[in-house]
Amino acid sequence: MKNDTFKLGGKEFSSRFILGSGKYSLELIKAAVENAGAEIITLAVRRTNTKDTENILDYIPDNVTLLPNTSGARDAAEAVRIARMARELGCGNFVKIEIMKDGKYLLPDNVETVKATQILSDEGFVVLPYMYPDLYTARDLQRAGAAAVMPLASPIGSNKGLATKEFIQILIDEIDLPIIVDAGIGKPSQACEAMEMGAAAIMSNTAIATARDIPAMAGAFKDAINAGRRAYLAGLGRVLERGAEASDPLTGFLRD
Amino acid sequence: MAENLFFVDSEKLSEKALEKKHRLEQDPSSRRDHMAYMEGMERIDSTIRDKVIAEMNQYDYEKYTDADVRRALNSERCTVEDLKALLSPAALPYLEQMARKAKTETSKHFGNTVYLFTPLYIANYCENYCIYCGFNCYNDIRRKKLSYEEIEKEMRVIADSGIEEILILTGESRTKSDVTYIGEACKLAAKYFRNVGLEIYPVNTEEYRYLHECGADYVTVFQETYDSDKYETLHLLGHKRVFPYRFDAQERALMGGMRGVGFSALLGLSDFRKDALASALHVYYLQRKYPQAEYSLSCPRLRPIINNDRINPLDVHEKELCQILCAYRIFLPFVGITVSSREQKHFRDGIIKIAATKVSAGVSTGIGDHESKYKGEETTDGGDEQFEISDGRSFDEMYRDVTGEGLQPVLNDYVYV
Amino acid sequence: MIRINGEELELDQISLKEYLDGNGYDARRIAVECNETIVPKSQFDRFLLHAGDVVEIVSFVGGG
Repeated sequence: MKNDTFKLGGKEFSSRFILGSGKYSLELIKAAVENAGAEIITLAVRRTNTKDTENILDYIPDNVTLLPNTSGARDAAEAVRIARMARELGCGNFVKIEIMKDGKYLLPDNVETVKATQILSDEGFVVLPYMYPDLYTARDLQRAGAAAVMPLASPIGSNKGLATKEFIQILIDEIDLPIIVDAGIGKPSQACEAMEMGAAAIMSNTAIATARDIPAMAGAFKDAINAGRRAYLAGLGRVLERGAEASDPLTGFLRD
Repeated sequence: MAENLFFVDSEKLSEKALEKKHRLEQDPSSRRDHMAYMEGMERIDSTIRDKVIAEMNQYDYEKYTDADVRRALNSERCTVEDLKALLSPAALPYLEQMARKAKTETSKHFGNTVYLFTPLYIANYCENYCIYCGFNCYNDIRRKKLSYEEIEKEMRVIADSGIEEILILTGESRTKSDVTYIGEACKLAAKYFRNVGLEIYPVNTEEYRYLHECGADYVTVFQETYDSDKYETLHLLGHKRVFPYRFDAQERALMGGMRGVGFSALLGLSDFRKDALASALHVYYLQRKYPQAEYSLSCPRLRPIINNDRINPLDVHEKELCQILCAYRIFLPFVGITVSSREQKHFRDGIIKIAATKVSAGVSTGIGDHESKYKGEETTDGGDEQFEISDGRSFDEMYRDVTGEGLQPVLNDYVYV
Repeated sequence: MIRINGEELELDQISLKEYLDGNGYDARRIAVECNETIVPKSQFDRFLLHAGDVVEIVSFVGGG
């Protein structure tokens, strides 16, 4: 476990927990980051409110990598604009692409996401696209230069867990990029299960933001993610199949 | 480890030719660098080759245990580590369990179907000296290259027997059997068969594209062995000596628009466990890069050839062959697995119930003798065979036997749009 | 009229720096886009806003 790291855009990370910073107070962010052991935190970009005296950056420890998202974008062009503004804010070139055309279910638009990934990776961004877990899209994202793929586990903010488990497993098996499970992970046990499957990391926000004790839940997620990772590396034990064995041998014909 | 005795001198070779042959056999420095491309050979990205060779070199099959094999057999998905366990000696006692798992995987992807095809050798001229092969340029055999009329006549005989899928083969001579000649054969084949495959010398992407336009869909190239040092000692002369160009043939074929590609090591030439691992990984990594293509694996074992009846597959017995095929099936449930007439009837009948999905029928590895073999008519000017076959069943017999095993023979299942 | 963060303002020929300083923006913590093109921070003092410009001034907030 000591050197068990993963790379994004040439940076090496040992924490596999990407923490969201939405929906809770700035004062709790520092404690949440610390308890989570997070090395990456997501942020959103919004019009500046000059009445605010505080800035979220003042609450985030310096060694944490910022991962701005493009939430609010409804197509590739808007995502590209938001990403460029985020980079101009001067905190690195990471971006999580999030494009939603549907305000009811907030599902990501895979087609627009591929387009934005291509443009932004050509411009030198480290692109982490949030997507609906579809194998063809994941391959397109890989070709377009994504640094990782972030499939959703269930509708964003729902805390419903791994509703797309089978499809995320396919991405883990077939795509040569880190698969970071994002959206819908509601409990530490679900994060652990995704890590056991071979996910590279977990991104979570609402599960922590809506917990009674936010820093404590961040710590619980950290432990669960570590446990899942260790289980994955250890190689899961066998599952016994039910049913009897036929008595006729299949290999009885072999000679010499 | 036992070794085959491959070298045979023909009385018909001139003193000068014999001298060159002996020098090639005895003095490695007289042989050209087998890793260096020859003029005109296209180079493509080597990522897949590098990955396969690195994995194979790291593979220490002695370290796998009972527990590793049981884990592999009981897990839902077969990882590369699981494949390594299944190919290890530790898995031999679990052959029956492997066969059961393989059978389940086969039926998931193929139901109870078995594809039938036949090979057609159109020329046996060869410029290579591959010491185990009956066609090698120093072997004293009757050489022949069919004319277009003869090719068409052979194809008519084969098509009349009911076969719909054909595999066209040549010896490896770019001079005697050039790409245009093979292309014309493909055009003829497209008239008589629904599905045309090629097993010829490796060519460049644009040549594969041309052959595809002529009617070929499938390209099979055997790497023989993935151990390049061993490869060097077996392929002493000719284009085939260039190891990397041969390795990349399937990828070039796919780049040239072919629908599918076939792979194999020739078991018995080298360390068969490592060769089997490399063959499977070659498919695995290419499939990830070209997921739209069809893939198939073969499993030929060394056979006696004309002028050398002692050649044999050494430590690859039927049990080991069955182990390899089950491991292939469990690791790559979606690939076609072909078992040729190099194997005997009892083996082929057994393995189609476990892992194989394609068998040849009505086979001749000689040149221009289908009429005599299919209809009992005398042929006197045919070309000699590449190797001795072990299962001489005709198409009708094979069709009947496959049906008799409770399986469904399929002659082709392509749709062209 | 210049449109800044969605608000129509009676302004013309004003430098971006002048506007930002006069309205309590912390230049270190914002990014500015004018007519869909980023204005680099180094150009704030010589970048002139004209009538008809559409300006977005953004900063980071919490988000997932």
